[in-house]
Amino acid sequence: MELIIDFFFKDPVVRWVLMAVILMCASAAIVGCFTFLRKRALVGDAISHAILPGICLAFIIAQTKNPMVLMLGAFGSGWLGLITIDFITNRTKLKTDAALGLVLSVFYGFGILLLTTIQNSGNASQSGLDKFLFGNAAAMMQSDAITFGLFSLVLIILIFILFNPLKLVTFDRNFAISRGIPVKRLELLLSVLTVFAIAIGIQAVGVVLMAALLITPASAARFWTHDLKWMIFLAAAFAVISGIMGTFISYTLPKMPTGPWIVTILSTIAIISIIFGFKKGILSKVRLRRLNKKKILRENILKCLYHLGEKAGNFDKFWSTWEILEKREMNKAQLKSGLKQLESRNLVILKGNAAKFSELGKEEGRRVTKIHRLWEIYLTKYMKMAPDHVHNDAEAMEHLITPEIEKDLEVHLKFPLIDPHDSPVPYKDLK
Amino acid sequence: MDAFWIILTGSLVATCCALLGCFLLLRKMTMVGDAISHAVLPGIVLAYLVTASRASFPMLVGAAIFGVITTILIELLSKKGKLQEDAAIGVSFTWLFSIGVILISVFAGQVDLDQDCVLYGEIAYVPLDTLYIGGNNLGPEPVWLLAINLLIIIVFILIGYKGLVVTSFDPILATSLGISTVFWHYSLMSLVSLTTVFSFESVGAIMVVAFLIGPPAVAYLLTEDLKTMLFLSVIFGIGAALGGYFLAVAIDASIAGAMASVIGVEFIFAFIFNPRNGILKRKKLAA
Repeated sequence: MELIIDFFFKDPVVRWVLMAVILMCASAAIVGCFTFLRKRALVGDAISHAILPGICLAFIIAQTKNPMVLMLGAFGSGWLGLITIDFITNRTKLKTDAALGLVLSVFYGFGILLLTTIQNSGNASQSGLDKFLFGNAAAMMQSDAITFGLFSLVLIILIFILFNPLKLVTFDRNFAISRGIPVKRLELLLSVLTVFAIAIGIQAVGVVLMAALLITPASAARFWTHDLKWMIFLAAAFAVISGIMGTFISYTLPKMPTGPWIVTILSTIAIISIIFGFKKGILSKVRLRRLNKKKILRENILKCLYHLGEKAGNFDKFWSTWEILEKREMNKAQLKSGLKQLESRNLVILKGNAAKFSELGKEEGRRVTKIHRLWEIYLTKYMKMAPDHVHNDAEAMEHLITPEIEKDLEVHLKFPLIDPHDSPVPYKDLK
Repeated sequence: MDAFWIILTGSLVATCCALLGCFLLLRKMTMVGDAISHAVLPGIVLAYLVTASRASFPMLVGAAIFGVITTILIELLSKKGKLQEDAAIGVSFTWLFSIGVILISVFAGQVDLDQDCVLYGEIAYVPLDTLYIGGNNLGPEPVWLLAINLLIIIVFILIGYKGLVVTSFDPILATSLGISTVFWHYSLMSLVSLTTVFSFESVGAIMVVAFLIGPPAVAYLLTEDLKTMLFLSVIFGIGAALGGYFLAVAIDASIAGAMASVIGVEFIFAFIFNPRNGILKRKKLAA
């Protein structure tokens, strides 16, 4: 606990560094949401590798480690990498993945070439240039921290101001064009901001792991919300939490690299989101599927009761479970649980081992039967399918057809009275 | 003699990667290759901890396992989690790679592995790692391991040529012919991870990507025939290894970095001069 208090309040340099890391992580995550949604996630990976030669060249030319100069070099070669990727995909038969991989590895290799030349040249002032490979936010100097923090802040504010047009460009490019929004210029701006965010972010996590700072927060946020505003907010929050924890770990254990810890924490958040997220998470999907299965079971039992009633000419009769099972094959335990569910919804009345329709249930059973038969007619009439082939398809569709489609079907088929198997179509007013 | 061993090692790495890379390129999966080459890192470190030696059998197993884990993870995230595929690749490999780097830092005392080694290897040390059997000097150990790896790859391609080709070009046809796309997918990925392990000491785990993607991409610009493409990519790979070595010696820089830079130059040349739709050809057509 004392350690945590020390970390946040004692050392003013740490406070500045922490502030910078928070802003850097947030800006990368925010820009990353746009690259993610535009399906250009791996472009970020390629650009972050492509930045390395620029940093080295800037150092060779200017002979200084001034962050502004290095940033300029980083931006320049990152931009060149981006243009090269587009150029290769547009002008050769190579696909995007190969263009990305080629730019990534060649630029990076060239960067390593320059870096090792600098290191071997015996220039003493170069030490620390290789921190760009893995990043070491915790060891940033106060002045650097302020510079990077300010840059990130500007980036965040820009996106905040331009939020609405950027959203339009991302989700509906054609509509944005028709509205007279300068799409090309906005896309260019987004690319500039992406390269900028990467050039800043590699200070924290390094060239190799920068991709994670762009991609992972957006991927995690996507599983909790469909709203872009919330997605951006969540992505930034995840990145900031990981940034703080990663910096804290390297503050307490100086041997620990900051970048990899930030990324590991971020990835853990992403995995948790993918499993538990309410919007698209795996668990929520499993739950939906189970609910759907239950609904199908209930509708099938109602339909079965309706068929029995139809045959007997009496919808108010009690039917025992074995009579139902004789009519429709299903698992006995399933039937029991289905009947229980129906009873709790006031659709059937149970008495011992027997069940009968309630008024509400009769209506529901009639509706499902009607849709089933209407769909069979539709398939034979319009799809020209043989009458003995349509039953299974109708079994599936009867659970999916909405009231609107039901109406359309009735009108389209002109209220047919008999289905392909000579059973009547049960309309409400034609009892 | 050292120069000979270094160039031979580089050429072996280049040949292994070029052959596998051609199939990755055709399957539009080069970035998966990139991901695997990063993601085997934790496997390498863990195996190191267990055996305290380089390029040993456990290390191969460790790396191959992590290679397959990466492939499965990408598949899980994109199929089960419905995450778009590029994001799935990005999330998986950065995660595994950062775990690898953390492991290196945690066991810094016990693991004779540093971060630079992962990033660009040290091919210049290859000749020092001599293999002795019964007192006879048989040359550097990595050369032998890479040669075995190359042999495995060549046998794999020769035996599986049809399956690899059909599953690369037309997965639907492959399925209807009863050829398992999954089998060839995972076999190819396991070989990519194996190659990464064998190569990472000499060119670094990440630089493997340059050899996996570069030479096949250059060859792809020049030909449309797969066999010619395989042949050309091996030539360009070895060319890059040779050129890279002399460039690095001339300017005193990382050999692996120089090799990757030469690949870039090769690509620029292939782009300008390629007979089908290079810039020169276009100018001629326009004139």
